[in-house]
Amino acid sequence: MKLWFKSGSPWIWLNAAAVSTCLIMVIAVLGLVLVRGVGNFWPTQVTQFSYQEEGKPLSTIIGEKVDTSITPAIMAKSTGHKMADNEDTLVQYLVKTGNRDVTGADFRWIEARNVKEQSDPKSLIVVERREWGNFYGQLFEVKENGKTVATGDQAMPELQTRLAAALVVVKKIAQIEKKEIGAINYGLERLRLKQKKLQLQNKWNSDTEKQFADDKADFDAQYQSHQAELASLYKEIRRDTLIAKTESGAEIKIPLAKIVKVYQPNEMSVFGKLGFFGHKVIEFLTEDPREANTEGGIFPAIFGTVMMVIIMSIIVTPFGVIAAVYLREYAKQGFTTQLIRIAVNNLAGVPSIVYGVFGLGFFVYILGGNIDTLFFPESAPAPVYGTPGLLWASITLALLTLPVVIVSTEEGLARIPKSIREGSLALGATKIETLWRTVLPMASPAMMTGLILAVARAAGEVAPLMLVGVVKLAPTLPLDGNFPFLHLDRKFMHLGFHIYDVGFQSPNVEAARPLVYATALLLVIVIVVLNLTAIIIRNRLREKYRALEG
Amino acid sequence: MTAQQTRSHSIDMSSILRGQQQSTAPNETCIKVENLNLFYGKKQALHNVSLDMYRKKVTAYIGPSGCGKSTLLRCINRMNDLVDHVTIEGQILLDGENIYDKSVKVADLRRRVGMVFQKPNPFPKTIFENVTYGLRIQGVNDKRILEETVENSLRGAALWDEVKDRLQDNALGLSGGQQQRLVIARAIAIEPEVLLLDEPASALDPISTLKIEELINELKEKYTIVIVTHNMQQAARVSDYTAFMYMGELIEVGTTSELFTNPTKKQTEDYITGRYG
Repeated sequence: MKLWFKSGSPWIWLNAAAVSTCLIMVIAVLGLVLVRGVGNFWPTQVTQFSYQEEGKPLSTIIGEKVDTSITPAIMAKSTGHKMADNEDTLVQYLVKTGNRDVTGADFRWIEARNVKEQSDPKSLIVVERREWGNFYGQLFEVKENGKTVATGDQAMPELQTRLAAALVVVKKIAQIEKKEIGAINYGLERLRLKQKKLQLQNKWNSDTEKQFADDKADFDAQYQSHQAELASLYKEIRRDTLIAKTESGAEIKIPLAKIVKVYQPNEMSVFGKLGFFGHKVIEFLTEDPREANTEGGIFPAIFGTVMMVIIMSIIVTPFGVIAAVYLREYAKQGFTTQLIRIAVNNLAGVPSIVYGVFGLGFFVYILGGNIDTLFFPESAPAPVYGTPGLLWASITLALLTLPVVIVSTEEGLARIPKSIREGSLALGATKIETLWRTVLPMASPAMMTGLILAVARAAGEVAPLMLVGVVKLAPTLPLDGNFPFLHLDRKFMHLGFHIYDVGFQSPNVEAARPLVYATALLLVIVIVVLNLTAIIIRNRLREKYRALEG
Repeated sequence: MTAQQTRSHSIDMSSILRGQQQSTAPNETCIKVENLNLFYGKKQALHNVSLDMYRKKVTAYIGPSGCGKSTLLRCINRMNDLVDHVTIEGQILLDGENIYDKSVKVADLRRRVGMVFQKPNPFPKTIFENVTYGLRIQGVNDKRILEETVENSLRGAALWDEVKDRLQDNALGLSGGQQQRLVIARAIAIEPEVLLLDEPASALDPISTLKIEELINELKEKYTIVIVTHNMQQAARVSDYTAFMYMGELIEVGTTSELFTNPTKKQTEDYITGRYG
């Protein structure tokens, strides 16, 4: 035994165990997120239950079985369930019944012992709606302007063709409302601000007034034409409705304008399901969220996250590198530099919410407020930069990640052999020439390492962002076709905050939970992609500036 | 060390010296070191050194480790300025001009006094970029001039034939000896007057060392060369003048043949015969 200890194998085992534990935990995290996140997009079977509670009439329940819970009899009794003596456990199913507009809830717990019969009829349909969540039931008929055009077996194909046409129209409407009319509104707002600015500068006279009136008339005319187009589109889309029957047999009218998708999951083949899955994933990645973020895609959040990280990198890298160069190359090494170094290192340990508070207090209110009074007096009292936004969020995160960049750049500079600097100086280069031509390029892999760490930290940071620019739902992206294209003053959406918001602030937590996993998975993927890009660049640089060995 | 060994050692030396060609050109002082004292903090590293080095001759500094020969060499292109807490007294005249004068720009001085270090230190760039580094700093960007300089310098450093087909390869892919010759090419590309060589062959294998020594013999046609070496045979082979230093003091300086065959100071004799200390 003593020998065994001396041989060192227990130590090796301990090391190996530690590594395996870490690995298992990482895999568990990724696995959970992956399975739950991806599973969300796979079409679930819709089940029809014949359900009879004690002393109540037989009823039908249609929905997706989401979860099963098994409770020991004693526990079940204490929560008020009547249990027979021969029952050891109480089995309950969580069923997503949808039809929130009819029943008031999306989910329902039912007891397995009360299920008299259950089946998966192929004719059951799921309707993904723009409002009120999913609908589950039977398709009855399709109507055009109140007149029935198809019933029974013909209803489904007829519905799909009409729905495809309707979706095109919906897209057109969204395009006009968001892009064209959005641009007009943006133009009008700029016009108004310009007018106010001229008035403030006392340059407002009859000439400018006339010109502004012309411009405004222009916009109005454009608006009128779009409005006419919209009216006809709206008329077109309101034409068709479908009539479906709920589980209780009630007829319900759903206008096609409110439908995203109608499908029959029980009838799909594996390939059909696969296609559906792909479609859902793409929709998740490219569409805007619906219904308080619990449905639809998360494109604005992906866009906002990436945008913020990029702007942060653009700010933090030069700043950190310049600071590190001064600290390492120019500053006289001594007590003061050591003190600064310690301070910088400690800055990295300050809780991020503190940065958020600082960002709000200093950047947003003081800096932004002053920018507003100096440069945007015309938009007062509405703030432009004096309110949380993309710019301030990026700067706050840049500040947060600055220490990382400084520290790793300094290390990189310190690692460059003295002989290289001397070689350059001996050729008649001055210190600054040596820095630019030799030292900084050679230290660039270290700078990239700093940036990688900074990106990894910034992309996952949520707390400070809540104070300085992230919102639950941003109506517009920070990058669009309206001059000046990049709108740094706008608020934006962020994957990390989206997870928190959807999962814990949503009115419909149960429905949103799968989205939490999917969003978490996506956040991990976005960070991995950002990191991999930086790592690839760094490795290229490393290869290029392979330091002198030995 | 026994008497037998000592004798054979000195025989060895004289045979080396006989083989060396003695140039007959008149001696013109290029670098004049006058009463140089150097302190690292409070520790004095050079004690009142005075020494002349002649144009287009090779002067070797020999002496045991830590005797200050590298420090003296690095004073000539003011490399010691980079060290913190260094104080230098006295003066060094290059063509009659004090290089420690306030009006002298260090970068200009270093263009006139090139230096090659103990370990090869090519930049992690292409061979071409390494050689043109000095010129580019001077703002030369004419491709024709650069190419011409690269060829001439590499020929001058006896490296052209080995690398002419791979000028765009990374210099770090060269062997140690090739790297050292590349560094010499880089130094002569900016046409300095003086070349300082700080133990240029100590990190190299014998064949590379031989090549470097041959190269020094060729380079002295054009440049004033100062070389630090701890290898006495090397000093004897390549230098015209030799200075022996010990504990920061210049003990003796003279023509190489005189110093090795007929040293005037006992310390010098002890050192070159191996009775070190």
